[in-house]
Amino acid sequence: MAGTEAPLSAPLELGFDYTRSLGPVLSRFVTALRDRRVEGVRGSDGRVHVPPAEYDPVTGQPLSERVPVADEGTVVTWSWQPTPLEGQPLEHPFAWALVRLDGADTALLHAVDAGAPAHMRTGMRVRIRWAEQTVGHITDIACFEPVDNLVSGDGRYSDHRHSRPLTSQDPVTMITTPVHLHYRHSASLEESRYLRGLAEGRLLGQRCPECRKVYIPPRGACPTDGVPTEEEVELPDTGTVTTFCIVNVPFLGQRITPPYVSAYVLLDGADIPLMHLVLGCAADEVRMGMRVKAQWRPREEWGTTLGNIDHFRPTGEPDAEFESYAGYL
Amino acid sequence: MSSFPEVAVVGFAQSPQVRETTGTTNGVEMLVPVFQRVLAETGLSRREVGFWCSGSSDYLAGRAFSFVSAVDAIGALPPIAESHVESDAAWALYEAWVKIRTGEVDTALVYGFGKSSAGDLRRVLALQLDPYLVAPLWPDSVSIAALQARLGIDAGLWSEKEMAEVAARSRAAAATNPNAQLRDPVDPDTLLDTPYLADPLRAHDCAPITDGAAAIVLAAGHRAAELCDRPAWITGLEHRVDSPALGARDLSRAPSAGAAGAAAGISGVQVAELSAPFTSQELLLRRELGLSEDVVINPSGGPLCGNPMFAGGLVRIGEAASRVMSGEAGKVLGHASNGPLLQQNLICVMEGR
Repeated sequence: MAGTEAPLSAPLELGFDYTRSLGPVLSRFVTALRDRRVEGVRGSDGRVHVPPAEYDPVTGQPLSERVPVADEGTVVTWSWQPTPLEGQPLEHPFAWALVRLDGADTALLHAVDAGAPAHMRTGMRVRIRWAEQTVGHITDIACFEPVDNLVSGDGRYSDHRHSRPLTSQDPVTMITTPVHLHYRHSASLEESRYLRGLAEGRLLGQRCPECRKVYIPPRGACPTDGVPTEEEVELPDTGTVTTFCIVNVPFLGQRITPPYVSAYVLLDGADIPLMHLVLGCAADEVRMGMRVKAQWRPREEWGTTLGNIDHFRPTGEPDAEFESYAGYL
Repeated sequence: MSSFPEVAVVGFAQSPQVRETTGTTNGVEMLVPVFQRVLAETGLSRREVGFWCSGSSDYLAGRAFSFVSAVDAIGALPPIAESHVESDAAWALYEAWVKIRTGEVDTALVYGFGKSSAGDLRRVLALQLDPYLVAPLWPDSVSIAALQARLGIDAGLWSEKEMAEVAARSRAAAATNPNAQLRDPVDPDTLLDTPYLADPLRAHDCAPITDGAAAIVLAAGHRAAELCDRPAWITGLEHRVDSPALGARDLSRAPSAGAAGAAAGISGVQVAELSAPFTSQELLLRRELGLSEDVVINPSGGPLCGNPMFAGGLVRIGEAASRVMSGEAGKVLGHASNGPLLQQNLICVMEGR
């Protein structure tokens, strides 16, 4: 294939607020967190699980006996996070630790705001620093703090522990967790040729060396034969509607007022149809076999996108014979 | 049991294990040459393959059903029998093995691929943790591996020096592996002078972020000998799982690895390819599996020199099988792991005849 320009790539941002319903065990646990308390659950062997296990890890039986535990505990193991990542509990360097709270037999993973790794050691005592506002979520524990740092002159804790009255008696039954991930999405070399061609007003496909089919966009590998497609083929901007639907339903981000037609257009010389809009006639006039031509946007608006073609419009030619596109349905 | 056909690895191919490909997340560019090589090696035509099974992850790709695009690399006409696991491809191998054992097919091609570089791997892997109480804190993969490493150090099970020695041995082995990403030798003594990445882990303790793909051809007894001079017969294939609750199990151990190894019958292996993306995890696994000093560990360089996510376990099995197919070894094991901190473990024991 011609050209060895690097493939096109672009940031791909994914974000979603996951809402999850809580079963009885997790509901009790996060409801207690909202009230600035920690409650574990007792397993069949008598061990107290914090965080709580919904089902006994040994017997598989559902667990329900709640056991209050302390907001202070012992570091079982720790690691140092010198450059916190997005979403982690603290924005400055901190320790991750498994903390066994007093009264619990298992350990809770969270952050310890220790300042420097030299202040961390296995076996050290830490205490919960509650979030300013608690909502019923694991982040109600803002982090842990070394206990030694908390004792002020009068022997009372000078941390963020509050004993504010409860604002709600309702149990927390749902949690919301925002997830944001950042990717760099790469187009394939073949797709990049195609997209760069579009920026010049050209439609570039590729032919499979075995079955001789022409794919647009080019695929990199023929999905029929599994071999690389290498021969580039420039296609005209005219084609035939193979099948279509009339969109009557409004949806978020819709550009055109329904009803309008979304169609498969088989470009002349291609062996796979492109999906695009067919405008320029009443929706109920669009039919299988209709001959259409690309309506390009003004050249100054072109980019590396099929959006350069605003839509396809009828050419007024006689319809294509059914046999000419029957193999593409 | 004797009525079930025996199954062997008869071919293995992999892509270079690179820091970043310019290819897509659907793996087609990496898979097409890998398929061509493994099919040429066995003399099998793609239309003869009875079953195709893959392992990959949409989280790694950042798109839904990303594995469907990868099927382009197969050439799926006439229609094929195909399946996918959202796990390391070693579990796809398990599925294909079962398929052959039932007598439904007599050959299978198993493949795995992953473009770890597309996103922020440390954060992406946080999403495999408990979504209620753990993942919302975004504990990244290196930080939690460091928690595990310290547990072993504190308990006297291993030391930072032994961890550095694992790294140095792996690099030395990788010098002869053209597919490895890291092949330059390192001096274990000077490694301890390098800064911590996540105390107590240094950069050399962690597998490099790697893009890559791999494929293995499996065949039933009567076909294996036709396709390969010296098949690597699978004499044990087992997987077990431990609790996902990080604070509820002893992270300095992986009982599921030991149980899988005992069930698979690993005694007498000469070579072990271990999916230990952290030096401490290799030391943990050696203890858990009871591997003696004379077992050669990761002669390929192992994951510390190249770790294509979701293909890495399949690479371990393929590398181990290669030692049998080449006649270098008589009995080997390939190990794969899924989940955080060696939570789920698979052992594949292979023998030459």
